[in-house]
Amino acid sequence: MATATVVNAASCAAPDQAAPIPASVDLAKETVITGVVLAGDQVVPGAYVRLLDATGEFTAEVVTSAEGVFRFFAAPGDWTLRALSRAGNGDAVVNVERGISEVTVKVA
Amino acid sequence: MSRDTALVSAEWAEKNLSQPGLVFVEVDEDTAAYGTGHIPGAVRLDWKTELQDQVRRDFVDQEQFSALLSSKGIGNGDTVILYGGNNNWFAAYAYWYFKLYGHGDVKLLDGGRKKWELDGRPLVTEVPERAATSYEAKPQDLSIRAFRDEVLAAIGTANLVDVRSPDEYAGRLLAPAHLPQEQSQRAGHVPTAISVPWSKAANEDGTFKSDDELRALYADLDERDTIAYCRIGERSSHTWFVLKEILGRENVKNYDGSWTEYGSLVGVPIALGDTPGGN
Repeated sequence: MATATVVNAASCAAPDQAAPIPASVDLAKETVITGVVLAGDQVVPGAYVRLLDATGEFTAEVVTSAEGVFRFFAAPGDWTLRALSRAGNGDAVVNVERGISEVTVKVA
Repeated sequence: MSRDTALVSAEWAEKNLSQPGLVFVEVDEDTAAYGTGHIPGAVRLDWKTELQDQVRRDFVDQEQFSALLSSKGIGNGDTVILYGGNNNWFAAYAYWYFKLYGHGDVKLLDGGRKKWELDGRPLVTEVPERAATSYEAKPQDLSIRAFRDEVLAAIGTANLVDVRSPDEYAGRLLAPAHLPQEQSQRAGHVPTAISVPWSKAANEDGTFKSDDELRALYADLDERDTIAYCRIGERSSHTWFVLKEILGRENVKNYDGSWTEYGSLVGVPIALGDTPGGN
């Protein structure tokens, strides 16, 4: 069974992308963008996923888990997800509300 | 300092992996990354458990830093090549830290772990054994470290650079967007600080932009002294590195207390929104 990573609010450490969302996170307030990176029908672990805001400005970057999963805590609005990997690069544009939004980023 | 003395390329690094007197050191935000594969021969520094005092909110002191580097098998005469994930944030933080304690020759691997991985360069899981040394750190060089009172005094009198994302600067987010946002301190920025997100200094693959691009990016800084800050001081180490070590600017300090300290102080001025705000 996976152990949840405790996210230390005083750090900028990247949390384990595969861990369950910590119980302390209030999903009524958070805007979570999560999903997988796919190359064809294969998940891509170790891909670099960049979150860009509505103007294209870089906001955050995480590395996908062994299952190809990424997760961001953002805000409602328009975002672009850009994935870089040895299997190729790809983008996905999303408009999200509060709560959890799932998105797939395809690379080629 | 300049790009030629402060940076090495991934190509150069791969050709010099086993050169005596060079020590590769991985410093990550994801402290498990090293265990999944690292540059052959690289040792690991844990920024949270090894570079931070575990009781007070501060760095390890001169003696602790000496003991740490001795135990890692790093000598005063070694050339230390730092690299890490997240576009070298924590490697840049460690670089600043090595400079703070007066290490002679330290460099950053341009592009860090990301470029190395995307290039398909070798990663290994075996941990090198290095004989312990008798490292002697120097007293902290406070010409590169800013404390909170200096930041307050800098409002309207020096260059303040807020290197966080635009939403953090404006007060719409309290943390980078890969972290939960629940925190107690106030949002916003130090009045008169200009917003130059650290990420504008880096290419998509994590390498630093060209000198010309970097000079244009910081064109709004005048000849006054400069203090860079972010949330906990690691992203601002990245900007400090650009200003001081690549562009060779004088009198640049990193405020490692950064927003987690400033935004929790009672009674200090805070500006909200996308513009610097007055003093």
